[in-house]
Order: sequence, then structure tokens, then C-alpha cells
Amino acid sequence: MTFLLELLGATLRNATPLVYGTIGETYSERAGVLNLGIEGTMYAGAFFGFAAAAITGSRTAGLLAAIAVGLAAGALMGLLTVTIGTNQHVAGIGTTLGLIGISEYVNRLWFGSGQGLSRIEPYPPWEPLGPNNVFSQYGLTYVAFFLLAPLAWWVLARTHFGLNLRAVGENPEAADSAGVNVARTRYAALMIGGALMAVGGAFFTLAALGSFTLDIIAGRGWVCIALVIFGRWRVWRGVAAALLFAAVYALQLRLRILEEFQAIPFELLLALPYLVVIAALVISGRNVAYPGAYLKPYRRE
Amino acid sequence: MSEPDGATSVLVELRAVTKRYGSLIANNGVDLSLRAGEVHGILGENGAGKTTLMRILYGLTRPDQGQVLVDGESVTIRSPRDAIGAGIGMVAQHFSLVTPMTVAENLTLGRPQGLLIDLEAARAKVDEAADRFGIRVRADARVADLSVGEQQRVEILKALAGDCRVLILDEPTAVLVPQEVSGLFATLRRLTAAGLAVAFISHKLSEVLDVTQRVTVLRRGKVVGTVATADTDERQLATMMVGRPAAPAESAARSPGDTALRVTALDALGRQGLAALKGVSFSVAKGEILGIAGVSGNGQSELAEVLSGMRLPTAGSIEIDGRNIAGFNPRRMMAAGIGRIAEDRYAAVVPDLSVAYNLVLEHLDEFRRGALLDETRIRANADEMISRFGIVSGPDDPVRKLSGGNLQKVLLARVLSRNPKVLMVSQPTRGLDVGATEYVRGEIVAQAQRGAGIVLISEDLDELLALSDRLVVFYEGRVVGELAAAGADPEQLGLLMARGSAA
Repeated sequence: MTFLLELLGATLRNATPLVYGTIGETYSERAGVLNLGIEGTMYAGAFFGFAAAAITGSRTAGLLAAIAVGLAAGALMGLLTVTIGTNQHVAGIGTTLGLIGISEYVNRLWFGSGQGLSRIEPYPPWEPLGPNNVFSQYGLTYVAFFLLAPLAWWVLARTHFGLNLRAVGENPEAADSAGVNVARTRYAALMIGGALMAVGGAFFTLAALGSFTLDIIAGRGWVCIALVIFGRWRVWRGVAAALLFAAVYALQLRLRILEEFQAIPFELLLALPYLVVIAALVISGRNVAYPGAYLKPYRRE
Repeated sequence: MSEPDGATSVLVELRAVTKRYGSLIANNGVDLSLRAGEVHGILGENGAGKTTLMRILYGLTRPDQGQVLVDGESVTIRSPRDAIGAGIGMVAQHFSLVTPMTVAENLTLGRPQGLLIDLEAARAKVDEAADRFGIRVRADARVADLSVGEQQRVEILKALAGDCRVLILDEPTAVLVPQEVSGLFATLRRLTAAGLAVAFISHKLSEVLDVTQRVTVLRRGKVVGTVATADTDERQLATMMVGRPAAPAESAARSPGDTALRVTALDALGRQGLAALKGVSFSVAKGEILGIAGVSGNGQSELAEVLSGMRLPTAGSIEIDGRNIAGFNPRRMMAAGIGRIAEDRYAAVVPDLSVAYNLVLEHLDEFRRGALLDETRIRANADEMISRFGIVSGPDDPVRKLSGGNLQKVLLARVLSRNPKVLMVSQPTRGLDVGATEYVRGEIVAQAQRGAGIVLISEDLDELLALSDRLVVFYEGRVVGELAAAGADPEQLGLLMARGSAA
């Protein structure tokens, strides 16, 4: 029983950055832009969030810095894919490479000469129900599941902004002829999405670890891309997909230390969550309806 | 603009509008006035400038010269938003609807915005339109689930929701079955009775005579004249439109011979993996043109793909000369004697390759020397085809630069030079002007006279009736009726197409 409760707690914790990333990517893609800058945006969010917190001594300043970096990264994607109309794959991978490079460079400038790792005091877990295996989580985790996910769904489904966002992602010509500003809507979606991705990255440095290490995101941005497709561009299905991945991830960590699994190379177990995502994509990802204007820049004739 | 009629007021007026695209003059000093309470026909061939003129009025294109007046005052219309603000609405040929969304959501899009979507307001608009104009659509239906006719009604509702007083309809009947056309006309009469002006773009004379009060005819960007519908007839309008009396298309007497193609109990799945063809059987005789009628999406595209080897049937047989060729790949289908003119012309060519290469693309094996292409013979073949089919281009021009009519000639040349036993033609004249249409139809008839069996798939009912000897009607993947084309009852045909039964 304890094992299961611990597993559940770890699942929620591991899923948190993925929920931010997946919802952020969902917003971008529902507006018609595949944002492959997600990996770099999470990375830059992790680093600059940490750096701002380390320099000012305020975790709130760190979080705000991460949000600012995410907004900027989203605006950069907007400039490349909406205003200039470049290929979205190239723009996204370029953004990721650029942001990772900048983060590592500034890291060496600011923290490179020190002895050992710089650390900040991370956010403490919050236990509203007292000592507890499940509800001992960071504030960002509660926000992700109880505030962000319902709010993100509500905005998409119920507000005018959400309607416009979905329309420019499905049929920008129709949205334009109805008087919706396609470029502005896509910029907004990319910037909101970027801010969420960056917060997802900052979760590692500001909450889970309290320090910044190279390769801290380790491909979780790419995982989010797959989770969005697995979730068929729905907020709730994306959250469920993130939970599935995180559950398998937490499970393999625990299996590694069990006697019975010592014979299996731990690298195989480490690959398990990724294999599950691939399998899930293969099973459920066929014939999915992509947003109608996916990957297409919009130009009025 | 000659006949005096002081009682009705002019809502919108275009004065001396000119629009150039490079050396082409799309509109040349066009004058047009739309009055409250009238359906005003805009008649002309493809390329006469009808659509450009309406795009100018709706703010999708800026004119080089000329004025737009609304209620007698000069206005500048830069975007659809300006047009909507001036009370002008438009239903384009290609609908601009967000198909995964509901009707109500589509009506809400772009409306004055609060924070939340007010779907109740949209539903109220739908109810009001049903009461006032007889336009019936379910507000909560997903647009993708609606028929083309219903989607058109949603487009009209969108324009009405913008409080338009002038409604532009660009070839609205091109996509409709006969029953839907009469429903649309009834709606238009109620709209004009309520004081709206409707601009009705068409190149179908009978419809223009049926529904309009005045007609403006365009030819090569210029106004030939505006006439009151009551004072004119088909002959006069046709002469104004093409500059000479149009020759009626006729199916020359042919004597069908032995069976060229026999299809038996054919089943196939469609793109979504659902059954698209369900036990389809028919046969075509040598020298016969068999027309496949039906509203688009009832299995015609899948039939074309199966007959050309692009889609595998799940059951049934396809016989040519008594040999079952079902399940052959495209190359073997061609070798067995099937020629295909595809629905999507651009998918049938490599747009960046030259006319000469595209002409030999389907049988490169015959144009090689060892492993290399035989450029001399490819060139000679191109020269021959260009002169025989009257293709207006050089052999080295990339195909993407060709007009629709010339592209179709390239495709015809490629297929017809093989003398296929069976010719499968999909939408052969869609988007072509009158001259190219006549040419293409003439070639199809000539193939039948040569003795080929022709399967003609078309959404243009007039074309099917004019060319075919016999018609089969497709409905939801089945053959629901077969009738001789000569003397076919349009009413019965329409019912078969729309409901799958004539009763």
C-alpha cells in the first residue's frame, strides 16, 4: 500500500513539468504552429529561473524570469514562423539549439568559475493533509493539476480567445474572413505556450533540485511533443498522457532497486517509459485528426 | 443600367472599376449597381472577371482604379471586415468554414467579442433565420457532418449574422443537387423580399433566367451589357457571353459494341477505413460513355482510384477482355488498357518538370536507351503531342506554369496517345473555360467513337447528360439507379442523387 501511495506521489511529481510542457505545446499546435523550440524553452526556463533566483535570492523572481524567457522564446517562434513564415521544423530546432547554447554559455560566465555546484534553497513541499505520501507536493504541482489544467481547458473551450485560437489553427482563411487577426492570435498562443514550457523547465531548478545541471531537461520537451499527439490536442487527454509517462517512469525507478530486477540492465528499465510512449503513439496515433492548418504559414492572397 | 426604375434604391454601386494582374486586365472599367430587392445575375465565362469583381466588392482584392459607392457615398473597402461593416456579405465558391466546429461556433467567430463565447446569441440567429428566410440548419451540428448544401446555408447565415444588406453568391449552385438548388432559390426570393440585394454569379443560363431580375454580362473583363431578365432569353445571353451563339453539346450517335469493362460486386474501403464502395456492379460497352452521377463523396473518387489501381478493392472483380484485373497496381492497370484522367490534375503531374517529361512520365520504359533517357525521342514526342492537342506551351516549360485548360490537354495527350481500351475520366472540365471545355468534351466523344469504353465521373449534371449514353447513380457507395441519358428526368435523377431512391 505504501508502495502504491509513494508511486502515486512520485507520478504526480514527475508529471508536473510534462503537464506544463504539454499544455504549452497544445496551445501552440492548436493555433497551427508546431513548436519544436519546446526543448530549448524548457532548458532556458530551467537555467534563467535558477540564475535569477540565485542572484536575487528570491524564488519568485526566478519564476518570473522563467516566464519572461518563455514569453520571449514564444515571440521568437512567432517572428520566425508567423511573420517570416519559415519552415516550422527548422525554426523550432534552431530555437532549441540557440536557447540551449545561450543558457550553457551564460551558465559558464556566471557560475562556471565557482567550486562545485551553485545551489538555491528550493521550494519546500506543501502538505495540506499533514504528513502524507501523496499530497506532499511542490506548489507548482498543485497549480499544474488543480489550476492550470482546468483553466487551460476552459479558455480553449469557452472563451472568445480560445475560439479564435482553434479557428486560426484549423482554417486561418475562414478566421481571417470572419475578421480574426490570425497573426496576433498565433503570437499570443505561442507566447502563452512558451511561458508554460519555461515554467515546466523551472520546476526542476526551483522546486525539484535546487540547482542547475547540464542536460537537465534530458529530452522531456520532445516527450511533450509525443504526449500532445497521444492526447490528440486535448488538454485533459494530454494531462492523462503525462501521468501515464510519469507513472511508468516512477515505476522503473522503483523496480531498479528490487532484488528480482537486478539481472536486468538498468538502462533497459530506463528506456521503459519511452517505449511505452512509442507503443501508445503507434496504437492510438494512427488516423488522428491533426489541426487543419498544422505546419502551414498563413498568407492572405 | 438603362431601364429607369426609380422606385427601388441602389444599395451598392461600382463605377469604372479596373483591376490588372500584370499584363492581364481582369476588370476593365466595370460599372455595376445592385438594388434593394433584386437578385442581380453576374454572367460570364471562366476568366471573364466575375469573381475578381466580387472580391473587390468584398475587400479581398483592391482595385487599381474606380469607385465603390454604398448608399450613394464613396467608401474604401480594404478588408472583409470593412465590407461586413458596410453591410456586404459574401459566400465564396470555396466555403470558409471551420469544419471541426459547430454551426453556432462558426457564427460566433469574429463577432464583437466579450470574454466568453455567447453561443445562445448564435442559436437565436439560427432560429430567426429559420423563421424569416426558411433557412434551416441545426445550430449545434458539427459543420464537417453537414452536406454541402447545408454548409452553404451556414455561409449564408454567417453573412446574415453580419447584418448584411448585399449578399454576394459566387457560383452557389455548382455544388448543389437540383432539389437543393430550388431550396436556395426560394431562400433568395425571401431575402430579396426582405429588401436585400443579391449578386448571383453564374455561368448557367437557365439558373440566371430562373432567379434573377436583372443580368449583367461580362466578357474579358468588360461589361457587355445589363438587361432586365424579363426582356431576354438564353440565346441572347449566350451570345453576349461568348460573343457568338454557343453550339449546344450533343452526344453524336454511336453504336455501342461488345463489353469493354465489367465491374462486378466491387467493395472497397475509403480513406477513413469505412466502406466506400458496396457491391458496385456495372458494365461499359465499347464505344459507350457511361456517366457516374452522384453528389460528391458517395464513392465516385474511390471508384476512380480502384479502377486506376491506386486503391485495392476488398472484394469483387474488374474485367477487361474477360480478364480479371482487380488488385493490379497502376502500372499493370495501364498495361491492361485502362487510361485515367484524374480528378486532381496537379496530383497527376510533377509540377516542376517540363511538359516534355510529364508527357512520358507514365511510360518512361519506352523512352530510354539502356539506363538513360532517350532525350531525342522524348522531345519528338512532346513536339508531336503539343501540335496534335494544341497545347499552348513550349516542351521545356514547367507544367506548373500552364493554365488549367492546357494542363488538362497535357493529361489528355499522355493518356489518349496510348489508345486505351477503357478511359476513366473524373471531373474533366471542372474549372475550365468554355473553349477548353468544348475541346475536352470533343476529345472524350472522339475516344468513344474510336471504340473505347468511357467511364465519366462528373459533378456537372449538364455535362453528364450532354455526353453520356447511360447514367448510373451512386449513393452512399452503391449503385442506386441506372437510366438512359437521353430523356432522363432531372427530378428523378435529383431524387436518386439526394436520397438514393426515386420514390
